[in-house]
Amino acid sequence: MPQSNIMPGFRPTMGFTLFYLALIVLIPLSAMLLKTLRLSWEQFVAVLTHARVIASFKISFGTALLAATIAAVLGFIIAWTLVRYPFPGKKLFDALIDLPFALPTAVAGIVLATLYEPRGWIGKVVMEVTGVQIAYKPLGIVVALIFIGLPFVVRTVEPVLQELDTAMEEAAASLGASRWQTFLKVILPNLLPATITGFALAFARGVGEYGSVIFIAGNMPYVSEVVPLLIITKLEQYDYTGATAIGLAMLIVSFLLLLLINSLQSWLRRRGGQL
Amino acid sequence: MSIVLSNISKQFGAFKALDSISLDIAEGELVALLGPSGCGKTTLLRIIAGLEQADSGEVHLQGDNVTQQPVKNRQIGFVFQHYALFRHMTVFDNIAFGLRVKPRKERLSETVIHKKVHDLLNLVQLDWLHDRFPEQLSGGQRQRIALARALAVEPSVLLLDEPFGALDASVRKDLRLWLRHLHHELNVTSIFVTHDQEEAMEVASQIVVLNHGRIEQKGSPSQIYDRPANDFVSRFIGHTNIFDLAHDDAGWLKTLGLVATNPNDRIAHVRPHHIIVEKPTSAEAPTIVLQDWQHLGATIRLELNPDGRKAPESTIYAEMPNDRFHELALNRGDRVAMKVKQAHWFSVTA
Repeated sequence: MPQSNIMPGFRPTMGFTLFYLALIVLIPLSAMLLKTLRLSWEQFVAVLTHARVIASFKISFGTALLAATIAAVLGFIIAWTLVRYPFPGKKLFDALIDLPFALPTAVAGIVLATLYEPRGWIGKVVMEVTGVQIAYKPLGIVVALIFIGLPFVVRTVEPVLQELDTAMEEAAASLGASRWQTFLKVILPNLLPATITGFALAFARGVGEYGSVIFIAGNMPYVSEVVPLLIITKLEQYDYTGATAIGLAMLIVSFLLLLLINSLQSWLRRRGGQL
Repeated sequence: MSIVLSNISKQFGAFKALDSISLDIAEGELVALLGPSGCGKTTLLRIIAGLEQADSGEVHLQGDNVTQQPVKNRQIGFVFQHYALFRHMTVFDNIAFGLRVKPRKERLSETVIHKKVHDLLNLVQLDWLHDRFPEQLSGGQRQRIALARALAVEPSVLLLDEPFGALDASVRKDLRLWLRHLHHELNVTSIFVTHDQEEAMEVASQIVVLNHGRIEQKGSPSQIYDRPANDFVSRFIGHTNIFDLAHDDAGWLKTLGLVATNPNDRIAHVRPHHIIVEKPTSAEAPTIVLQDWQHLGATIRLELNPDGRKAPESTIYAEMPNDRFHELALNRGDRVAMKVKQAHWFSVTA
């Protein structure tokens, strides 16, 4: 290969990348695939079309999508506040954002469950005002996943917002745009790709989340049982092939959804001339 | 009067950015706000635009008091130093922006907008770039697109903040002339901010010299250059030699022809081209040595040193046409005679 690049090291870096991918991603995944292949196609379909499995898939992906959407909106607002306005305690607030990354998810789950249960501080108020129970319902899962997913959105939007030239907004205003038009036509298109990245990360994390969810979900089969819990349940019953079959299906659905999100994002970037 | 400012003041913390500025600008003028960095010129421009609020004072545009109006209602076009083009939009969409955000009943149809944008693109001679994104353009092209975008909304006043500041020298020179011709064509009242006196002289019909948040002088380029109101303006506009009578112990300034007419005058400013350099005619004349010279194109700049004063600050700069310099056939180290043709006198203010 001719040396046309300033940076040497194509071979070692590419080698490392392949090695890493094989060791950490491909080998475990193919082991999973091999294990699943012990099932016949009919058995495989039977495992996945079981009503309890389908219900848990709906719950897992439904709550993860809803939570990632809410986290995207809230995270966007938090990033905006942190970047655009000076206020006392800003540094402290900024550090708090990362806390869900560091906190053991089980701790987060227990804390959230205690707060949002019908007799908890927040749960009681919500129950009295709206009559809606949060903890031990699918809604509780959404709350836990928003908590887990929020920092992903904040941390992806924040640096892009910091680099956004405020003169663009002044230019829009000088051309007669209202604040709302400036936001919709100038600010949002520039932040949307980063927000979608944050959304995708929050979603991916949410689909696989186990620790915090099981404490707040109530884990009722058909109602508030998530896929990772179902996999654990299968494992505890020594049904390894069943567990891997569900795992594989989950992987495929997640992969397809993330692929969809990524292509949406690159379409947005291309349209915005940022390629 | 197209733009009237009365008693505009602005303070940033303890720093007085603008100190009671009053200024009238007639319809159709092309005005330069000129001053060193930190003199308040950009702040003043942003206050006229409504991007910044004055602490006190009033802004009138076309006879209307717009002091309380936000920028979007002021009918101004603003061109930013770093272009501020919408980077996610094509050149076409950038220019069309101002037309598309108008309220529905005032908005033109897409076909009219299409025609208008292409007319503007032709005006700035960049129609072939209509489907590019800002990142694909050079600095000079971006600034012309920014100008077209500002002109699209047919502003009553065009405000430009150091429009050529981020461009390289040759592009800057081209754009200056181009801006002047464009202004001639459109005749929209324009103000541009610059710290480059040459740029102000070349482009503007009126120059406002600012320093420390105050107006030092307002006038045409000739008035500013030929009749500077004070020693700041004289020093800021063009090159000048400064002579202080208090330091003239030997009386040699008098022999150069520097004689004050007013008893209060003490400081004389002499432009390099107002110093006449010749071959020495008599032995008694004060000895002045031609230390060095530089070729500036049409003129030659001479560095003269009065004998016995070697300090760099006592160097006198003179300029003469190229041809004249060749006639005299001077060399470095030659003794020369000099005469001051004209000087601006200033009294010393404490």
